[in-house]
Amino acid sequence: MPRLIDRLGPAEDIWTVLGAEDPLPSSGSVIVALERLDEALAAGLELGVHLPNDTDPERVKPHFDRLSLISVDFPSFTDGRGFSIGHCLRALGYEGRLRATGPVISDQFDFLLACGFDEVLLPDSVAERQPPEHWAAAEGRITLGYQRGLAGRGSILDARRTAGDG
Amino acid sequence: MYRYDEFDRRFVDERVAEFRDQVERRLTGALNEAEFKPLRLMNGLYLQLHAYMLRVAIPYGTLNGRQMRMLAHIAETWDKGYGHFTTRQNIQYNWPKLKDVPDILEALATVEMHAIQTSGNCIRNITSDPFAGVAPEEIEDPRITAELLRQWSSLHPEFTYLGRKFKFAVTGSEHDRAAIKVHDIGIQIVRGEAGEVGYRVLVGGGMGRTPMIAKELRAFLPKADLLPYVEAILRVYNLHGRRDNKYKARIKILVHETGIDAFRDQVEREFATMDRAAVTAPEGEMERIAAYFAPPELTEKPSAPVAFERMKTLDPDFAQWVERNTSAHRVPGYVAATISLKPIGGVPGDATAEQMRAMADLAESYSVDEMRITHEQNVVLPHVALGDLYKVYRGLAAIGLEAPNKGLVTDIIACPGLDYCALATARSIPVAQAISKRFASNKRQREIGPLSIKISGCINACGHHHIGHIGILGLDKAGVENYQITLGGESTEDAALGQRLGPGFGYDELPDVIEKIVDIYLDLRQGRRETFLQTYRRVGMEPFKEALYATAD
Repeated sequence: MPRLIDRLGPAEDIWTVLGAEDPLPSSGSVIVALERLDEALAAGLELGVHLPNDTDPERVKPHFDRLSLISVDFPSFTDGRGFSIGHCLRALGYEGRLRATGPVISDQFDFLLACGFDEVLLPDSVAERQPPEHWAAAEGRITLGYQRGLAGRGSILDARRTAGDG
Repeated sequence: MYRYDEFDRRFVDERVAEFRDQVERRLTGALNEAEFKPLRLMNGLYLQLHAYMLRVAIPYGTLNGRQMRMLAHIAETWDKGYGHFTTRQNIQYNWPKLKDVPDILEALATVEMHAIQTSGNCIRNITSDPFAGVAPEEIEDPRITAELLRQWSSLHPEFTYLGRKFKFAVTGSEHDRAAIKVHDIGIQIVRGEAGEVGYRVLVGGGMGRTPMIAKELRAFLPKADLLPYVEAILRVYNLHGRRDNKYKARIKILVHETGIDAFRDQVEREFATMDRAAVTAPEGEMERIAAYFAPPELTEKPSAPVAFERMKTLDPDFAQWVERNTSAHRVPGYVAATISLKPIGGVPGDATAEQMRAMADLAESYSVDEMRITHEQNVVLPHVALGDLYKVYRGLAAIGLEAPNKGLVTDIIACPGLDYCALATARSIPVAQAISKRFASNKRQREIGPLSIKISGCINACGHHHIGHIGILGLDKAGVENYQITLGGESTEDAALGQRLGPGFGYDELPDVIEKIVDIYLDLRQGRRETFLQTYRRVGMEPFKEALYATAD
């Protein structure tokens, strides 16, 4: 079952997640833990970082131009801190790939997109029950929301103005 | 009243379709029970002791006759013929079947209603003053702000998986009938120095096992800043609120542990740096909403029409009801009439389908097709001409809802308790019924004067016992129901949390205990005008303690 899904459907994961003890490779794309970020930055790799969901988003701001990917941890789908972290990373100016990593569910896809996420990386336990077509169906299920998200669905507030009945 | 436009309508329709799909995916196993649970909760569906319970939102407690009829229709078609109005101005059905719920939601959508976010760890139904748009001292109708907040908070991408539930209340009057000091965020419409309308923002109030009175976060917030400001509050809460213990996950704990000043700094910093323009309602949106709440055109009428005065003389029961259950209206010759859902010995807040239809009839005929649900679990007809009041009264008497007890000892708030609720540790409804019967005499109730009794069947405090003049909390003590009494709670602008009287009492002892407390008050009060709360604040706990526990020995 595909574990990585974005707006276009299942995607190939080109990233290697580096374990705490693993040596840094000499090339390739690696995701490191926050504690190893400084070490990895010095190695000149294509770099991603994985953030626990109690990380202050400001902490990685100085490295935005060096980070091709930021992965935000969702320890459970009910722990919604990651939504705010995603929002804050985008608000701080991060323009790279933003990944939600954890057992999120397809019903949260639009919310994730609206908070600035590009993709989700699912554990097998979720991926096997929620195939890509569920994610495709979930996207845009509510056509317009009441907020102005960064991506995903449009805003009723703006649509009203356009419709000229505001 | 607010009416859906094409966008609101599509939003709710799509939400119903989404829930139907979620139910199907639960049945196929694509969603497991743990995943389905928050989804159904955010559509108002609880699993209770005996069955599912569906909580339908009545935004800021306002509804019209057509909507009330639909509530009656749902009660008859998919439930047992009645519904239960709640302390957050909603209605609950106690016996729906899971498979019927998508149909119920679809039926609700046809009358511009929904059950979105009436449960779950998200922003709940926005509550407000039941006398909104009616009260003479009001600065501005709080429902305009409440509706703006309802929309902003509906399926908010960032704030739908919070650490815990989150409740807003809004008042447009200084006299607080919305209990804003016991909400996560309380908003009071105020005037600034130049007379401009804005908001005073309170944060961190709440009941539950750690009751707290809200603290002032901002003395004055310009109106246009409301959405960015509450978004800043929610962001700080979502990022920093505790997630390790659900009993410490409400914002009141974060505010308490951080300290209001440090918390304010965090909110103000976020507010100062965020992209406020992206969140602010577009120009004209507030005015668009406000137009729906334009005061109805009521022609001024005599403040004491002859026929009305005559009927008061001829029918003393009517006179009593008028005295107790009607409130001042900004237009001379009109009142807001409270329909008490607390008949003697009844279940607080319950109404049958027949009663709902009769109330809808009365609203359509005599109250500009409008009703309000109050946090005291009553219904208000907000715009009744004095000349029509007797007809309204007779109509209510025909369905057994003419109790002249608003604000009196039998106007009891009670949670569903052990009769329905999976969390309850004790019964609440039968306690309310027994106390109600004990004080059945109207004469005696009037003699006692304003006195609120609020009963919760567990520590979660859905029955608001902390803010009852007399609060009753039902606990389980080694398998036996035990009831703790608190005195001196209050929900209005001088809100206070009740103090514990002492060791609890058994179920059977309660009516006697309450009667004793009332008798002590009657003995101690300085004249008939001194209310229970005033007497308690003057004399304190001691006399009550002495009398109760001395006799118990």
